[in-house]
Amino acid sequence: MRLTYRSFKRWLLAFVLVLPLQLSFAAELVEPQVLSGLAGDSNDERAKSITALGLLSTPGAAVVLAALGDGNVLITSDGRILLARGDQQVFDPTTGVTQARPSDAQSLTLNNRLRRALQSALASSELFSAQTSTRLAAAQRLQKEADPARAPLIERALNAERDQNIRRALEVALASAAIKSPDAVIRRNAIIALGESKNAAFKPALLAIVTASSSGQYAEPDDTVRAAATLALKQIEQHQTLISWVGNIFFGISLGSVLLLAAIGLAITFGLMGVINMAHGELLMIGAYATYIVQSLFKQWLPGWMDWYVLAALPVAFLVTAIVGMALERTVIRWLYGRPLETLLATWGISLILMQAVRSIFGAQNVEVANPSWMSGGITVLGNLTLSYNRLVIIGFAFFVVMAVWLVLNYTRLGLFVRAITQNRQMADCVGVPTGRVDMLAFGLGSGIAGLAGVALSQLSNVGPDLGRGYIVDSFMVVVLGGVGQLAGTVVAALGLGILNKIIEPFWGAVIAKIAILLFIVLFVQKRPQGLFAPKGRSAE
Amino acid sequence: MSVMHTTIARHSSSRLYSGSTWTGIAIVVAFFACLPALNLFFPVDHPLHVSSFTVALIGKFLCYALAALALDLVWGYTGILSLGHGLFFALGGYAHGMYLMRAAKSSPEILPDFMGFLSWKTFPWFWSFTEHFWYAMLLVVLVPGVLAFMFGYFAFRSRIKGVYFSIITQALTFAAMLLFFRNETGFGGNNGFTDFKKILGFDITSADTRAVLYWVSLATLLGSLILARAITQSKLGRVLTAIRDSESRLRFLGYEPLGFKLFIWTVSAILCGIAGALYVPQVGIINPSEMSTENSIEMVIWVATGGRGTLIGPIIGAGTINGLKTWFTSVFPEFWLYALGLIFVLVTLFLPQGIVGLARQLGQRFKRIKP
Repeated sequence: MRLTYRSFKRWLLAFVLVLPLQLSFAAELVEPQVLSGLAGDSNDERAKSITALGLLSTPGAAVVLAALGDGNVLITSDGRILLARGDQQVFDPTTGVTQARPSDAQSLTLNNRLRRALQSALASSELFSAQTSTRLAAAQRLQKEADPARAPLIERALNAERDQNIRRALEVALASAAIKSPDAVIRRNAIIALGESKNAAFKPALLAIVTASSSGQYAEPDDTVRAAATLALKQIEQHQTLISWVGNIFFGISLGSVLLLAAIGLAITFGLMGVINMAHGELLMIGAYATYIVQSLFKQWLPGWMDWYVLAALPVAFLVTAIVGMALERTVIRWLYGRPLETLLATWGISLILMQAVRSIFGAQNVEVANPSWMSGGITVLGNLTLSYNRLVIIGFAFFVVMAVWLVLNYTRLGLFVRAITQNRQMADCVGVPTGRVDMLAFGLGSGIAGLAGVALSQLSNVGPDLGRGYIVDSFMVVVLGGVGQLAGTVVAALGLGILNKIIEPFWGAVIAKIAILLFIVLFVQKRPQGLFAPKGRSAE
Repeated sequence: MSVMHTTIARHSSSRLYSGSTWTGIAIVVAFFACLPALNLFFPVDHPLHVSSFTVALIGKFLCYALAALALDLVWGYTGILSLGHGLFFALGGYAHGMYLMRAAKSSPEILPDFMGFLSWKTFPWFWSFTEHFWYAMLLVVLVPGVLAFMFGYFAFRSRIKGVYFSIITQALTFAAMLLFFRNETGFGGNNGFTDFKKILGFDITSADTRAVLYWVSLATLLGSLILARAITQSKLGRVLTAIRDSESRLRFLGYEPLGFKLFIWTVSAILCGIAGALYVPQVGIINPSEMSTENSIEMVIWVATGGRGTLIGPIIGAGTINGLKTWFTSVFPEFWLYALGLIFVLVTLFLPQGIVGLARQLGQRFKRIKP
């Protein structure tokens, strides 16, 4: 009889939610027998009545509970419960009638025990609130309280709930309530369910079950429950390990793709001309500043297209850095071919000038480059690992750039010339390859790719005059490790270093990981001075 | 052929410099040696008074010159471009700094403040004996020397050269900088060592002590110059130049370059460490930024500007560039990096032999016109 009444109420609630205007009056009322306990003298009865109100979860019950919290509940001498509306008026929750305040109405005061009952009753009724955030907060509060008496209520809320996040929170709350159940079978099943959920939030509760007190006593008397808890803990820990590994690999690939973008332009210029371009980092920085300028222009002239400024920034950054690179090649670097150490010094000087120039124009402070809306946020996998969109986009972009470079080098005339000069400059010159022009174009290509990398970096890190400095040592490491003039080597080295770095980091910390990587490369180069993928053939010296 | 070598060697080692050059060196050294004396003995308003600032500045330049000289031995003479000499410089400085930190306290057993912040109770093992000056001086020589020897042994044995070598020295220095930036490493992290009070019982800030440090630096520089001259004039020095000019040809002639390179590389690192050790008490601070990439490359440009492959060149270069730096940063601070950048570009493009090379060219042209 009681059950059918409840299900009837739920249907009613559904109607209330669908047709709030027409049917609101029905849900606003409270059955008199629910309230009768409040009118009695016994605190037990009052507590029961408050709990019942919480379980009712109708708007009417919520009104009474709110009034209880505010101290607005009045009791008449004949045992009626009224809610004060101002000083003169009262509202009868059982009939919905507002009337003048009877002279014999006494306000109901709550002691601490009733206050606690009210708190949890409020949480219960909030489970059915129309507000998603209120429901979620209530579910989370119930997780902490873990009261087995509330299990049926949570189950009911779970059945009605459609929001995935809240459902998950409710499941957790349900299981953590069931852990406290006096019945060992229910406890065990709950623990098994917790293990299945693989949610790290249960670890403390499960640990409390399997940990013996100092006197060797367990809080949990049942062996099978403890065994289940141990198993569940193991499941959760395995899942956590999995998450951290997947996370490490993801962040490693992300770092690797950034390194790849930073290094690939360098690999072209270094591989082709044996030129160490110390200004490469500054070309990255110029690419990032180009993004900033495009963003400012969009803000000024095309505010409706702000989301797509990054795409517009790509060709701009490519062109600007390619022109800067070609200008460098024509004015400075071409005079230093065959003297790589001097080139290193000259390009270092250029990097100082470029850095100071940017500082003079844009100021020494970082400028603000915002992620477009489609790059913010991320997808959540495996429960609580968020893969952010900007990192995913940059990983994809890095591979796009690698493909493009590969196509240019292998399927264009320029690429053919570049490969010919890399293999044997003099011979290429003899058979009519315009080496000077190819050098310029290839240097422009390498620099332009640095510009593209700068666009990507602007989406991940701060854009300031020192941006390039942070990448220069790393990108040299990638080129050295990968081997000169080897695209595949660069890709493998960049991703390998990125992943290795992120795998070491949790154990030793970021700084030591970095040091270890640098030392690893120093040692590796001892073993294979030509890098991972050494060019074959008789290229002595 | 070996006869020719030995005659050259004997001839050159008996007379390092010609008599007139010796006189020139003596005059220059005497001039610089006088500066602190002028500072000490003449009152501030006297026309012959040299300000304490100038003395301290030139004292600092002497240390830079020593570092540049050391770098020139490997780059100018042997063709090994190191982008990691800042590391050796800083290691020498840190080794001396450890002694100075302990001497600054009333008792050498009192921990420096930064160790207190880490709530360490005792000195870590690598700080033991550093309360003795002689031991710190031993470290100044040994730490850069042993590190350079080990690194050089592996690098030269694998025949890493050219830009590859430069890049891995840069990586090594960068890694060391990161290591020293950590507070837990035990060298004061970011702030490094500062607030020195006493050296061998003397007040480190007094004019007398500073004058002595200056003279010691000058003497060390002079001694190193003579040592470097002896090395480069010897048969060993000829092999080094041969390595620079064509290492593979030298190997085909039956020489194993490893030992020669390792020797000069280690000597250079030790000299650089000594330069750092002289530098720290004079400027009163040592921190990990001395190991930054920028510092090491700046050392290279001192050598390039002065003239590599000459011994006097790096000394002139270190003085010129640092003089310019001091002038710029006080008059046009925002233009210093432009100027330094331009120096890098212009020197490599137009002055491959540096100031000394330019002077020689001009001198030859002058001679040709004169008769």
